[in-house]
Amino acid sequence: MTPEELEQIAVDQQEAENQLDHRINVCMAASCMSRHSEQIVKDMQAKLKDMGEKGEKTQVRCVGCMGLCSAGPLVEVDHPADEAAGKGPEKVMYRDISPEHAESIVNATVDGRTLPDLVQPTDIPYFTRQKRIVTENSGYIDPECIEDYIAAGGYSGLVSALTEMSPDDVIHEVTVSGLRGRGGGGFPTGLKWSTVARTDADQKYVVCNADEGDPGAFMDRAVLESDPHRIIEGMTIAGYAVGASKAYIYVRAEYPLAIKRLKRAISQANKFGLLGTNLCDTPFNFDIELRLGAGAFVCGEETALIASIEGKRGTPRPRPPFPASYGLFGKPTLINNVETMATIPWITRYGGEALAAIGTEKSKGTKVFALAGKINCNGLIEVPMGISLREIIYEIGDGIPDGATFKAVQTGGPSGGCVPADKLDMPVDYESLQEAGTIMGSGGMVIMDETSSMVDVARFFMEFCKDESCGKCVPCRVGTAQMLDLLEKMCAKSATQKDLDLLKELCDVTKACSLCGLGQTAPNPVLSTLHYFENEYMDSLQGEVTGVGAVPATETKAGAPDPTHEK
Amino acid sequence: MARQKLPPTQTLTMKIDDVDVTAKPGQTIQDVARDHDIEIPGLCYIDGLTIWGACRLCLVEVEGMRKLLAACSTEVAEGMIVHTDTERLRRYRKMVIEMLFAERNHVCSVCVSNGHCDLQAMAVQLGVDHVHLPYMNPDVKVDSSHDRFRLDHNRCILCTRCVRVCGEIEGAATKGVGGRGINARIINDLNMPWGDSQTCTSCGKCVHICPTGALVEKGTAAAEMKKHRSFLPYLTVMRES
Amino acid sequence: MSSDTTPKPVTIATVWLDGCSGCHMSFLDMDERLIEIAPLIQIVHSPVVDTKQIPPGTDVGIIEGAISNEDDEAKAKKMRAACNFIVSLGDCAVTANVPSMRNVFDKQECFDRAYHENADLQPANPDVVVPPLLDKALAVHQVIDVDLYVPGCPPPADAIYYVLSELLAGRQPDPLQLTRFGK
Repeated sequence: MTPEELEQIAVDQQEAENQLDHRINVCMAASCMSRHSEQIVKDMQAKLKDMGEKGEKTQVRCVGCMGLCSAGPLVEVDHPADEAAGKGPEKVMYRDISPEHAESIVNATVDGRTLPDLVQPTDIPYFTRQKRIVTENSGYIDPECIEDYIAAGGYSGLVSALTEMSPDDVIHEVTVSGLRGRGGGGFPTGLKWSTVARTDADQKYVVCNADEGDPGAFMDRAVLESDPHRIIEGMTIAGYAVGASKAYIYVRAEYPLAIKRLKRAISQANKFGLLGTNLCDTPFNFDIELRLGAGAFVCGEETALIASIEGKRGTPRPRPPFPASYGLFGKPTLINNVETMATIPWITRYGGEALAAIGTEKSKGTKVFALAGKINCNGLIEVPMGISLREIIYEIGDGIPDGATFKAVQTGGPSGGCVPADKLDMPVDYESLQEAGTIMGSGGMVIMDETSSMVDVARFFMEFCKDESCGKCVPCRVGTAQMLDLLEKMCAKSATQKDLDLLKELCDVTKACSLCGLGQTAPNPVLSTLHYFENEYMDSLQGEVTGVGAVPATETKAGAPDPTHEK
Repeated sequence: MARQKLPPTQTLTMKIDDVDVTAKPGQTIQDVARDHDIEIPGLCYIDGLTIWGACRLCLVEVEGMRKLLAACSTEVAEGMIVHTDTERLRRYRKMVIEMLFAERNHVCSVCVSNGHCDLQAMAVQLGVDHVHLPYMNPDVKVDSSHDRFRLDHNRCILCTRCVRVCGEIEGAATKGVGGRGINARIINDLNMPWGDSQTCTSCGKCVHICPTGALVEKGTAAAEMKKHRSFLPYLTVMRES
Repeated sequence: MSSDTTPKPVTIATVWLDGCSGCHMSFLDMDERLIEIAPLIQIVHSPVVDTKQIPPGTDVGIIEGAISNEDDEAKAKKMRAACNFIVSLGDCAVTANVPSMRNVFDKQECFDRAYHENADLQPANPDVVVPPLLDKALAVHQVIDVDLYVPGCPPPADAIYYVLSELLAGRQPDPLQLTRFGK
């Protein structure tokens, strides 16, 4: 594949597009598919076929996630420019579409009309306030069509990296961009890359961590489903930069659609000479294989993930040594999360400086968040770093439904914490979130209103951690189970002050002593809710025990320890 | 985990518990501490098997590191300053021992390993005179299906010494870990009764390497099960040479 | 020897909850050392003496046995109320030990097994006269605050002697020097 060949594919695809009058884009990501968007496409295509010649110049296309999942299934119609009427090209989005609407949308589109009743306005902050880099193609291109990706500028970053840049140049751009790991850790990506690049080895590996598992998080899934070639391009650039020839995508088996699209994308890229041997007539070879996770959250931890790819039980091992020096099959291994990989093609295309121009001093670029819970606009957003939580929740997310009051937002999943209302003006960046007692995490944001009990929220996440603990190290295995028991007692209002003290003690030990990130961060939801909502914990304690056998007050000796202890 | 073998000419200097010590590159904190008669607690570590790093008893403080590091798995570096016995570490270690006692049903008084148990010894060494965590009293089973040996999950601390010795020394790989989290259990083959295992060679290494009364010889009464571990360093040395 | 110069004896109460009484036996196993200690202590309540009340203000309360029924629970709480310093003596008191081996089962399962399946005649739950069983056998410190733990099954007489001597001398003993779980 030469730059010219790539350009030609893009031009051809564009020309084919230009032959069409109208395009009807139907979201085929998991959320809209679960509400029958596949049937909508079939019905629309059947209707167009019935129309004969009239329908030929309109195309129904399956695209990826448009973001606003709560209004799905979403359909977007591209109307061409109408010079006679003095109108430019126009995009109209329809919301809450069901198969019954298929026929009327097709009829209206072919006639150049819109259906005002079904229109989802796109001039609302949800759409206008976003800054889309990772999701730039989501909802526009057909994720199963490599030509579409190429026409949108895809693989040009890879081809220019291979033909015009040295591996050091690529690493330099990534370093300049200030990109930090989007999986949650926030480790500087450029530094990670240069560490792997500097390590001498006969074989190195690149691994893309697509084992997204935080409750309420679906960022990576949307990217994988909507723009899988982006990951392949990012990984191949990474392989070139660090000197790896073999890569794995570790994707959880619970994402069948993402797996299907990744498989197709890998085979297309191989066919187009964008994977395989001697890419762009250079000596660089690169292969990508999929590995499916069997449903263990801990396999998102890099050393557990490596063990799982190696075919072993997915349990973490102590670090150091870090995978950058001793990783997959004992070889230096670069592990990046989906979103990190998906940012790479943009960096090589537009330069590191361009990404560094977005965001705050220490947190550059954009971040994809999944808005879930008590919020009007449920779905996926991509925003510049440094935006405030208030802007995300009240402007982009359009506030809390049913006039309820915002109570807290949970970020970072089971490793994160809750941020209360008085911290809403805090900028969203790695440092500020950490200061507020939570983490950036992979991008889940669960919004809660006044009906949520924070002790129950902590209990929920602890139950998750207890279920997902691999059981290897003692503090996580026993600590999470013990903490869950105590939180359940609190939710049942049968706990005592001693239980609360013990909970705090267990938080401390589990955080300090656990082997991997899962255990080390498992107490975070408890610690942050304890910090901001301690009154709720106090309210969850029972009063004095006066059970059978309690000693009458008269027998209590002054100065003796309180005789009525908890049972 | 493979340890790097570096030229023996190099020597590092470092400090453990305010004592200046020398070390060879590639040694772990545990190795160096032992060379200098500094004892660091531990249950999952045992000479001759791969490092597991799971009991967390050997966690130490290293100056300049935010996190505690496991002495068994952390390689030393020039100028490292290590503290192995701080108030904080003692508190954490006691808690880990308590967690182990609370997790399963360790009723020492009726255990065949009573008095010959690493967990008991560690409790004494670390000053655990009671368990202030609630006992979890799980309903776990005893596998007596093997002719000569017994696996009592009530007394297992999941150190995986048995798993490692079976795979790495005996080469049978009968023992493994099934389930996860608090429900993790030592299993035989694909979670079948030990007596039905077709891979087990009945060598007994797992029994003698087990730190508690989880793996024992049948026919022993309370406090009778003494373990003999001298075979392991011997076997490892013989294989290396 | 006049009572003016003799220090006031330390008052000690002991109770026997759910245990085998072995800890009390071990106490008696101090043998001739009992004679040495006798002038310094006064047993104000114990299975081996005939008082029914635990006098308030007792200096040291020694508890043997786990807390398995409502009577055990009440006694433990009375001890805590009456004594300034509580010693958990032996594994049953410290860990719930053998009595806790029933904890993996439902209480009803235990009754069915003990009083029905294994009953030769008149199978019946023990629900009159005897105190009701708690759901689980508990260590003493799970019910009341404990000041000193002396594990062991039973703790050796040497350990008990050491603990008492140290307490009488006004020092905090470290029983793990002489005993441990299961000793």
